[in-house]
Amino acid sequence: MQDASGHSVGVDADLFHTSIHGSLSCTDCHTSIKDYPHPEKPVAVKCVACHAEQAAAIAGSIHASASAHPCTSCHGDAHAIFPKDDARSAVYPLNIPRTCGNCHSDPVLAKKYGLQNVYSVYMDSIHGYAVSKEGLLVAANCMSCHGSHNILSHKDPKSPTYKTNIPNTCGTCHGGVMAEYSAGVHGKAVAGGNLAAPVCSDCHTAHSILQPTLADFRMQSTPICGSCHKGRFATYQDTFHSQLGLLGGYVQTARCWDCHGAHEILPASDPASPINKANLIKTCGRCHADANASFVQYQPHANPRNRKLNPALYFTRFFMNLLLWSVLGFFSLHTLLWFIRAKREQGKSGPTGEAKDD
Amino acid sequence: MTDETGARPTQQPENQPQAQGQPQASGNEKYYVRFTLAQRYLHAVLFTSFLGLAATGLPMRFSDNPAARFFAREVGGFGAILFLHKFCAVVLTLAFLYHLKDLAGRVLVHKEKGIFWGPTSMVPNWKDVKDIVGHLRWFVGLGPKPQFERYAYWEKFDYWAVFWGMLVIGFSGYAMWFAPFFAKFLPGWALNAILVVHGEEALLAILFIFSIHFVNTHLRPDSFPMDMVIFTGKETDEEFRKKRALEYQRLASEGKLEAKVGEKPVYWWVNFAKVIGFTAILIGLILLVLTLIGYFGNA
Repeated sequence: MQDASGHSVGVDADLFHTSIHGSLSCTDCHTSIKDYPHPEKPVAVKCVACHAEQAAAIAGSIHASASAHPCTSCHGDAHAIFPKDDARSAVYPLNIPRTCGNCHSDPVLAKKYGLQNVYSVYMDSIHGYAVSKEGLLVAANCMSCHGSHNILSHKDPKSPTYKTNIPNTCGTCHGGVMAEYSAGVHGKAVAGGNLAAPVCSDCHTAHSILQPTLADFRMQSTPICGSCHKGRFATYQDTFHSQLGLLGGYVQTARCWDCHGAHEILPASDPASPINKANLIKTCGRCHADANASFVQYQPHANPRNRKLNPALYFTRFFMNLLLWSVLGFFSLHTLLWFIRAKREQGKSGPTGEAKDD
Repeated sequence: MTDETGARPTQQPENQPQAQGQPQASGNEKYYVRFTLAQRYLHAVLFTSFLGLAATGLPMRFSDNPAARFFAREVGGFGAILFLHKFCAVVLTLAFLYHLKDLAGRVLVHKEKGIFWGPTSMVPNWKDVKDIVGHLRWFVGLGPKPQFERYAYWEKFDYWAVFWGMLVIGFSGYAMWFAPFFAKFLPGWALNAILVVHGEEALLAILFIFSIHFVNTHLRPDSFPMDMVIFTGKETDEEFRKKRALEYQRLASEGKLEAKVGEKPVYWWVNFAKVIGFTAILIGLILLVLTLIGYFGNA
């Protein structure tokens, strides 16, 4: 059945009766329709009449503009709305990424509202994979972190994605990791109001979260630590660990957290820290099977450019550089002068004649 | 010590055709033996393994360079790179040990004179110092060209640079390979220092061999484009007289010159050696450019 302008006005009664609103009659929602023929312009259905709580939440959220975000933009066809634990529902956990993605992967909307492309990176993430490939109902979908009707900007301190709230948000599922994180230096710093310290998403990213043992994550995360720990990153880059680590995707060499731990990072002075002197043989021994007391004197962050901190290394480098540049300097000049002189001798004697030596 | 001066004029026939460091196919020329077959093989093993070490070591040193990563990926990743590096290191170590054994045999068994002292020795002497000064003066037109004995000072430098380099790079390399074992004898800071030493000395070796040695020995106008004597073992009468006049005169006066006469190098062998040699020089020059890019690109 179509109206004058060609829009379908038919409703699948069987489907409607199995939906969550199936026990309602048409006029419970279409309140402006009293008889037939219908008014030329029926009044739009107001979900708020029943769903006041959700409407209020939406009104305070980032999706507040009702015209751009009608209820049906997330809940789908008004006559086929199902409970969120029904696989046919647009807000069933496994369907949520696609539902949000309707807008959040649309390049036109992205440009118009300055939206980040989160949908595709989420779908490739460990969470997206768990949802789309494994069908894990407990895996994080958009709603798990952002909420549903009351979604707020991550800049809003009340948002679950606001920096200081992120550990709790992720901790909803990752309780064990949250406990470790809270005990570590980063967790304590954030709890103490230091917003420069990292929360989960600073290292793992927000949407493109990778399985941390994957090569890609091991390759990408060291510079993430380095973005704050610049000095430590620079000295790390001088080491064999880094030189090899950068090469050809070789992922086995030590990254920051292989020595420092990942979530429960503790200062070296803490006896529980893996980089506490007493624990070094065990920590280094995880890769270097024969690690012994003198082996662990190796300084993974030694700086050959710092005479005060590493005098022996400083002078070793100084001597090697002096040797290098004095040898090359002398012989470059020597060889250049020789070359020029020999060329001139050749020119003097002509192509067939004998070069006079003196 | 051989003789006093670099000022002695060479007595060369004026009508001799000029040989540009390569055996000419003139047919009537005499050839003298400079290097034994074992020495030539040693040089071949040396430069082959050195090229391998440089090609696999540079990507590790400049691992953030795109070319290094590309190369590493092509040969099978870092694991393959390190395996090849260690393999070449073992080959070079064996060559070095063979050379030491050869030297020990010549000193202890054959009681060969002239290994440590005299005109045919690799050990630097007073004449070398005077030759450096004299040569530099000749470069800028302040004096006559010095005449050289069996090994000129830059050849001795090449030899000892390689000798020292192998000890330093070899020791630091094995110390990294077997770090927990070497840690038993070395102080803590040395474990950090060995990478610096290994890398810097290797850089010196690479830059020196691929620029200074290449030009001094092969690319300079007297030898251009390649001194074939290390491949064929032989050089022409003219080359000998011109490049090492003092040795030539000494052998002539001692009546030992005829004993040094050798067969003219076989045609195919010369061509084969040229292919190998030019390939080595080409690889070396490519590595030189990549090294300079890696070094100055990072600085």
